[in-house]
Amino acid sequence: MSQADPKATPPATPLKEWPLWEVFVRSKQGLEHKHCGSLHAADAGQALNMARDVYTRRQEGVSIWVVPSAAISASAPDEKGLFFEPAADKIYRHPTFYEIPDQVGHM
Amino acid sequence: MKELEALSDFTLHLADSALILGQRNAEWCGHGPILEEDLAMANNSLDLIGQARLLYQQVAEVRGNHCSEDQLAYFRDESAFKNFTLLELPHSTALAPSAKGQRDYAVTVARNFLYSAYMVGIWSSLASSPSLAAFAGAVHEVPLQNAKALQWANLSANLKAVAAKSYKETEYHLRHSSDWVIRMGDGSAESHQRIQQAFHHLMPYTQEFWTQQHPAALQLDMPSIKAQWDVTVSDVLSEATLVVPSAQGFLPTGTRGVHSEHMGFLLSEMQGLARAHPGAVW
Repeated sequence: MSQADPKATPPATPLKEWPLWEVFVRSKQGLEHKHCGSLHAADAGQALNMARDVYTRRQEGVSIWVVPSAAISASAPDEKGLFFEPAADKIYRHPTFYEIPDQVGHM
Repeated sequence: MKELEALSDFTLHLADSALILGQRNAEWCGHGPILEEDLAMANNSLDLIGQARLLYQQVAEVRGNHCSEDQLAYFRDESAFKNFTLLELPHSTALAPSAKGQRDYAVTVARNFLYSAYMVGIWSSLASSPSLAAFAGAVHEVPLQNAKALQWANLSANLKAVAAKSYKETEYHLRHSSDWVIRMGDGSAESHQRIQQAFHHLMPYTQEFWTQQHPAALQLDMPSIKAQWDVTVSDVLSEATLVVPSAQGFLPTGTRGVHSEHMGFLLSEMQGLARAHPGAVW
């Protein structure tokens, strides 16, 4: 996904393809919505219907969000180095140096 | 027991309608206008075929004698099918079977809308039917040797359960088809003209919804189901800027087993494999 261009102008002619939507599905009460894919739809209502048919056919969900893909700003792949590599050698940021009592169970 | 036969025949009609529309809509599988819609229509077909299976199982149970859902679906001839004529028509407004028109999604959508608006009324009435509940509840009072009465109670209970499940599926079919009727009607000049033509073509076939005889024991309130259907149709079509065409004219007879010329083509495609290889399994 490329970074949203703020200077982009809407196309003069009507879109040949419907806009793209990102679909998020919550699989159970209490869990968070997870990104599961994308689809083309004319508007939000239709995107919800289609998300229901494409992504929840096998009982995957109890709730669906759809978000216009254009509304998502993404980090650029060629900035991967400066964005993510500095975190690689800072193992003290992981809370692995604590003794956890057995009674706490899985954390 | 005449009532048992009437209830079983009505169940068979519901099953046939579901199967035939399921088969028709499955023609879009792999040919849908867009990928997402292709999946949506395949889901719709699978819902309908699933309903048909459950209903056929009930009928087979009553008929006994090694009757099975497959036998009912694949080894009966045209006149034994009691579905509405509306549901066997091709996805085009061409009337002659030889004039094989191109599939038009407007016809698909208009038919799904008219039928699901009707079935929402039927399924919800059956799911909440006091008489079905009473018959089903009587199952413990029936002496075990009275096989017919036991079948009657079982059929009532199962029909009620299938209705409750199918109601939810049909509610979505109505939502999905209404959405498309409004988009097409209130869309481009071309889409408006096509969906309007589809309604002109299909509306006369809906007369059969209201001329059909239902088992008296069910006490279906058809006037109020019709009133609700009229409201749904006129609301959605007016939002879609379409006119509600007249339902008058030729009276279809599919529920009596007298079908349109399209039915034979549909059955031969659906039944061909099972008849060429009887008893074949995956």
